[in-house]
Amino acid sequence: MATLADFKTSEKSWWCPGCGDFGVLAALQKSLVALDLEPEKLAIVAGIGCSGKIGNYVNGYNLHVVHGRVLPSAMGVRLANRDLTVIGVGGDGDAYAIGMGHFMHALRRNVNLTYLVMDNHIYGLTKGQYSPTSDSGFKTKTTPAGNIEAPVRPLTTAVAGGATFVAQGFSSWQPQLAELIQAGVRHPGFALINIISPCVTYNKVNTYDWYKQNLTNLASDDAYDPTDRVAALTRLNATDELVTGLIYRDPTSVPYEDRVAHLAKEPLAHQDGPVDQAVWDKILAQLG
Amino acid sequence: MAETRGVAWKIGGDQGEGIDSTGDALATVANRMGYYVYGYKSFSSRIKGGHTNYKVRVATVPVEATTDTTDVLVALNQETIDKNVAEVPAGGLVLADAAFHPVLPAGHAGAHLIELPLTQIAKELGSVLMRNMVAVGASAALMNLPLEPFQDYVARRFGSKGAAVVGPNQAAVQRGYDQIRAEAGHLTQIRLGDPHPGDRVVITGNDALALGALAGGCRIMAAYPITPASDVMEALIKWMPLVGGVVVQSEDEIAAINLAIGAGFTGARAMTATSGPGFSLMQEALGLASMTETPVVVADIQRSGPSTGMPTKQEQSDLLQMLNGSHGESPRIVLTPSSIPEAFADGMDAFNLAEQYQCPVLIASDLSLGLWTQSVERSVLDRTRAPIVRGAMVTERDLEDVPSGQFKRYALTESGVSPRSVPGMKHGQFLATGAEHAESGKVSEDPANRVQMMQKRFRKLEGFAREGVRREGPADADMTLLSVGSTVGILREAAGMLAAQGHRVGLVWLRVLAPFPTRALIEALAGSRRVLVVEQNATGQVLNLMRTHGIGHEPRFHSFLKYDGVPFTPGEVVQQAAAVLDLAEVL
Repeated sequence: MATLADFKTSEKSWWCPGCGDFGVLAALQKSLVALDLEPEKLAIVAGIGCSGKIGNYVNGYNLHVVHGRVLPSAMGVRLANRDLTVIGVGGDGDAYAIGMGHFMHALRRNVNLTYLVMDNHIYGLTKGQYSPTSDSGFKTKTTPAGNIEAPVRPLTTAVAGGATFVAQGFSSWQPQLAELIQAGVRHPGFALINIISPCVTYNKVNTYDWYKQNLTNLASDDAYDPTDRVAALTRLNATDELVTGLIYRDPTSVPYEDRVAHLAKEPLAHQDGPVDQAVWDKILAQLG
Repeated sequence: MAETRGVAWKIGGDQGEGIDSTGDALATVANRMGYYVYGYKSFSSRIKGGHTNYKVRVATVPVEATTDTTDVLVALNQETIDKNVAEVPAGGLVLADAAFHPVLPAGHAGAHLIELPLTQIAKELGSVLMRNMVAVGASAALMNLPLEPFQDYVARRFGSKGAAVVGPNQAAVQRGYDQIRAEAGHLTQIRLGDPHPGDRVVITGNDALALGALAGGCRIMAAYPITPASDVMEALIKWMPLVGGVVVQSEDEIAAINLAIGAGFTGARAMTATSGPGFSLMQEALGLASMTETPVVVADIQRSGPSTGMPTKQEQSDLLQMLNGSHGESPRIVLTPSSIPEAFADGMDAFNLAEQYQCPVLIASDLSLGLWTQSVERSVLDRTRAPIVRGAMVTERDLEDVPSGQFKRYALTESGVSPRSVPGMKHGQFLATGAEHAESGKVSEDPANRVQMMQKRFRKLEGFAREGVRREGPADADMTLLSVGSTVGILREAAGMLAAQGHRVGLVWLRVLAPFPTRALIEALAGSRRVLVVEQNATGQVLNLMRTHGIGHEPRFHSFLKYDGVPFTPGEVVQQAAAVLDLAEVL
């Protein structure tokens, strides 16, 4: 059984001191141990930005892709080998700006993978431009007079878009975040976990203290039913998405790969023999 | 009877009128009888309406190009006559539906106009839909082909729909055949000669590519529909379940290639297929595959560009993009199939090459090769023609002594190729990143490391050993015709015509564009007095590529270009070659 040390690498972090991403990394590594995974069965597919560096710090088979393309690559990994636990990671820019097209289709396809979006409402690595989740009025280098756009509502969009698992965590609330990650990995389908991960350098508005004052926690609401899609949308609307916990889960979820007719049980990655003669004859018989 | 290089039959009408299925009927039957066929479809980017035509060349020898002329033109409307009669020679036949009161335009009186009430006969038999079957029967009579193979075809094609469908369709074929025999049989001089029965199929280059991919171990395919590449995906969607694989119709081409890269990283053989606009969207990901040394196969079935261009028209203008597309400098392999057998071979070998050299392998096909049909020996489609070779890989045993997380995925080796692990192998974990990295995969901006890694990635291709150039005909030719892709079949036809005129003509074609087969090409052209580089683009991409490798600067090299969307005809090439031969004599 793997320990926390087994999921660490010798790489020193490039994140700023105090960055929320440290909390995400810690919760992820704790979850991997709690899930009783082995590093060789773990694939992390990460995007571009501060969040994308997380794969450098976790021992696993990690693919660091081009900006915004985490989800198609992660789908390819999962289809190639269903024995792997596949975790996609990106920031709010990677997921909801350049990658938004893929996000919408991942929701309805429901491939069995977990998607961690480290959301800080700002572009950090490019040094302080507004992001698709930045609040209206938010001042940045590219919105000097305040953001004139309305923010993306990723959780509402996900629930409405056909997601089968939607949750939100906060990097400072470790036990809940780790529980959500584990529940997401166990969920048979696509699991979105939006993680509030404050940027201490470029976002002086949405700070740790700000979130602690404004977030409500679903864990303290016994009456909330996360399998009720309409209730989920209502709660997200009422809280302006400032809520943590499991927001929605479809208990009937069947992952994409289980719906692919005749998909081989053994990993496609291991198939390297010639096509069976009988199968080949059958194919050639179809030709004109 | 002597061998014939073919009788050309063409049917034309509005799109959506069953032109394709009628052409397929003739091509399939002629092929089954033992003739060699080449089918050429001309169509537009719309679903219904607009002129479309389908030309089938039937010969007693293998043919890989269409002809300049049409011997039998079947017209379902006047527009078909107006647009195509110019290629019907004196004595040629125009079979037209009497329903539209066809007329031959002035200046084409040498052709015979045969009016047949196709629509009327079909209606009498129960449905105007059978008009094309009446035309098929009439065509059989005009080409002096026996009726039985056509009736067998109808029985097979409509068999699943029952006797109520087969019977009237067979009657339609019979009526068309009988009426021509009775009324116009004396007009036809067509004698095809004896067929050479064999075990052949009529397939497209796209089908051959898909079959090759399947035989080459491809088990994951992702693509977004685009003309003229969609058939590759559609063929694999039919066949992939038989081998347990999966085809994903992705939300765009960016998703398609990134999905394939994810699968390739994981160890599955994966591909995508697209055309110009989609290929443009894939450029960034090509760099990722090159940088992370991830095997992936991308087929570009080229069409007329730039931008939307002419989506249903032929061009060979993505070649330089395939060589250099993506920012930075990223090594890749580019294969150029020119025929059905080569499309099958490249579809198959691409996966071995991608894993052996751990880089993207691009297949530069084109619309004419991808969509037009040809007879090919079934034995060409050999699932065992090359064994699956996975290239340098470590085993779990090799990794036993490697501390977890310490595997050097990008170890610097003499060949540049580093043995790779795939997910699932214990102690083989590593980071594959598009950022510059050290041997371990860890991100590194160290200048010395950067240089070593760039050199390593390029060094891999220095030992590239696949055949890059092919040649036919005399080495000391008066003229060698040179091209890539579907143009090669046309040049072969033209070379035969030039040889028949007494010229010593050779044919050279490139099988690989990257890494460029410089030495092999120099050797192949060494004895040739003149070289005519024939390509279907506006800027001479192949000749320019040759010149960057030091070949083609001398005055013996000539360029012949076409970029109107219509493939060269053999006659056009012969004419240009003759002009260049004359020119050279003056020099």
